[in-house]
Amino acid sequence: MLSNLNILLDAPIVSGQLILDGILIGAIFALAAYGMAMVWGVMNIINIAQGEFVMLGGYVTLGLTALGLHPLATIPFSALALFGFGWLVYRLIIFRVVDKDLFISILATFGISIVLQQLANELFSADVQTVRSGMDTLFFADNMIVVNSIKLVGFVAALVLGGVLFLFLKTTRLGQAIRATAQNARAARIVGIDTHKVYSFTFALNAAICGAAGSLVVMTWVIHPYLGLPYTIRSFMIVIVAGLGNLLGVVAAGMSLGAAENFAGFILGTEYQAAFVFSLLVVILVVRNLLAKRRRQVLK
Amino acid sequence: MKQRLLYLLVAGGGALAPLVALDYIIQFSLLWMMIIFALTWDIAGGQMGYNSFGNILFFGVGCYAVVVIQRELFFDFNEYRNVTDLTPLSAVEYFWSFAIGSVVGAVLSVALAVLLGSGILGLRGHYFAICTLGLGVAAAEIASGWEFIGAGSGMVAPMFPGSPDGRGLFFYYLFFVLAVICFLSLRWLYSTRFGLALNAIRDDEDKAEAMGIHTTRYKTSAWCIAALFLSIAGAGFGQLNNFIDREVAFPGPTFGVWMVLMAILGGKGTLWGPVIGAVIFHVTQEVFWTYLFGWQRVAMGAFIVLIVVFFPQGIIGWLRNCWPERFGVRVDDDARSAQVSLRNEV
Repeated sequence: MLSNLNILLDAPIVSGQLILDGILIGAIFALAAYGMAMVWGVMNIINIAQGEFVMLGGYVTLGLTALGLHPLATIPFSALALFGFGWLVYRLIIFRVVDKDLFISILATFGISIVLQQLANELFSADVQTVRSGMDTLFFADNMIVVNSIKLVGFVAALVLGGVLFLFLKTTRLGQAIRATAQNARAARIVGIDTHKVYSFTFALNAAICGAAGSLVVMTWVIHPYLGLPYTIRSFMIVIVAGLGNLLGVVAAGMSLGAAENFAGFILGTEYQAAFVFSLLVVILVVRNLLAKRRRQVLK
Repeated sequence: MKQRLLYLLVAGGGALAPLVALDYIIQFSLLWMMIIFALTWDIAGGQMGYNSFGNILFFGVGCYAVVVIQRELFFDFNEYRNVTDLTPLSAVEYFWSFAIGSVVGAVLSVALAVLLGSGILGLRGHYFAICTLGLGVAAAEIASGWEFIGAGSGMVAPMFPGSPDGRGLFFYYLFFVLAVICFLSLRWLYSTRFGLALNAIRDDEDKAEAMGIHTTRYKTSAWCIAALFLSIAGAGFGQLNNFIDREVAFPGPTFGVWMVLMAILGGKGTLWGPVIGAVIFHVTQEVFWTYLFGWQRVAMGAFIVLIVVFFPQGIIGWLRNCWPERFGVRVDDDARSAQVSLRNEV
């Protein structure tokens, strides 16, 4: 552990590589987190199955590239497929728990996540998989920094998707309806917004975002059936740090999380990288709560 | 009188079960363990309204504590990695190390509950739920990376000194006695001021605090009680299973979720609910395992969703709605008819 730290101090360029990799993956974390923030803000549901939607998006891309499509071209398809899937999940289950106790919706989405994870395990096997984009690898700074250009493309795609989503919520009629429902669902109903439609659309849209994020994940990193929970926890952490409905904050938090994770993985060893993510969640929540306590409030 | 008969029946049935069904004794031991799971989860989850997904942490600590102690006492680390040349422990060594390990595990778990609880139990609602979810998984991840406790390859527990039947009987009565002690202590606790304080915290924590209840102290103690019983159950399970690694010691997606579910299925916030829920759940689970092998985890997930969405009040809660008088709730007839007509309008 100390020797790894010494490497970092002796060769600062390694940090550059870690930070860059972190920022590139962080944009994808931010994308999934933005979806989670949307569902949380509008429907007051914390979707534990968020990471499983990401995973499913990855498998859609995996399947379509096997049929001969270029991985980048599969993004719209996986978004579309997950949109349909999200809508189905809303119609079957989520609409029954929308206005119930928060714990019930957490447990219900947790159940959904177990079903999806195990289904993926049965259908696609537990192997770690990835797709080859066939794009170049770029070298910087005397070949000390190595970047696969697909990661750059994925990064840009994540930012563009986030931007489009932001504009959609700000400018379109449906986006306005979603924001109105988030502010006050009852008042929204009074002015004639069909909140159930808004809910189902929001949930499906969130699934679509996750699907697109999943396509990016499988292109730039790897997927396997059990990768859902870490993504859910990351999204949750990012939303807590950045707050609901703060796009720039979400992006910044996502990128710093990515970088922090890479550093932890490098210093502690990769076997502790996941442990770091989950412990960080506990630490962040406790610290946030202590800060709130000074203002005589609690996180609830 | 009726109640005393029920207790006698359960206790007698439990004590005599091995005579009738010796072949299924491990299944019955696990049933008692499930009851401990549901009962301990319900202390914080049902009675206090703090829904935890991370209680499995204490179970795992108990599992590991015993095996680590046994290794440190009787084996060399390097020798231990090679299972084949293990010399079996004598009965005295085995039971002593088991007892010491359980006590160490219990102390560690309670210390952890105090330490973590003071920070985490300040969180409310879904923040608490997700924080504990992270806690359970973090523990599993750390266990799978830490060389000292076997890391990814896990650790083997020593052989039980005795016949397979004796082994089954020992673990059966271990879990049976533990479950009975757990049930009786909770029954007593819920009848005291402590139980009332927990319920007050569930109903309105701010008001409870304003009434002068030291909520943090109560919350932490409640979690400690859960930690105590869970870690001893874990100690037993680790030995029963003969092998532990992160999947066995910190089974978040299985035991970790089941304990929540069993309590909800039976009716959370009641004494008998978790017990009934655990029995029904364990049977269902075994049926899934037998008839849907390979898909049993998918079926389990679907079962979770079904219970939570369609039956969140649980069996006891449903019975209480149907026959409130039986549960000592006096119902005003006017109020009831008003409610019924209201329901019809909606």
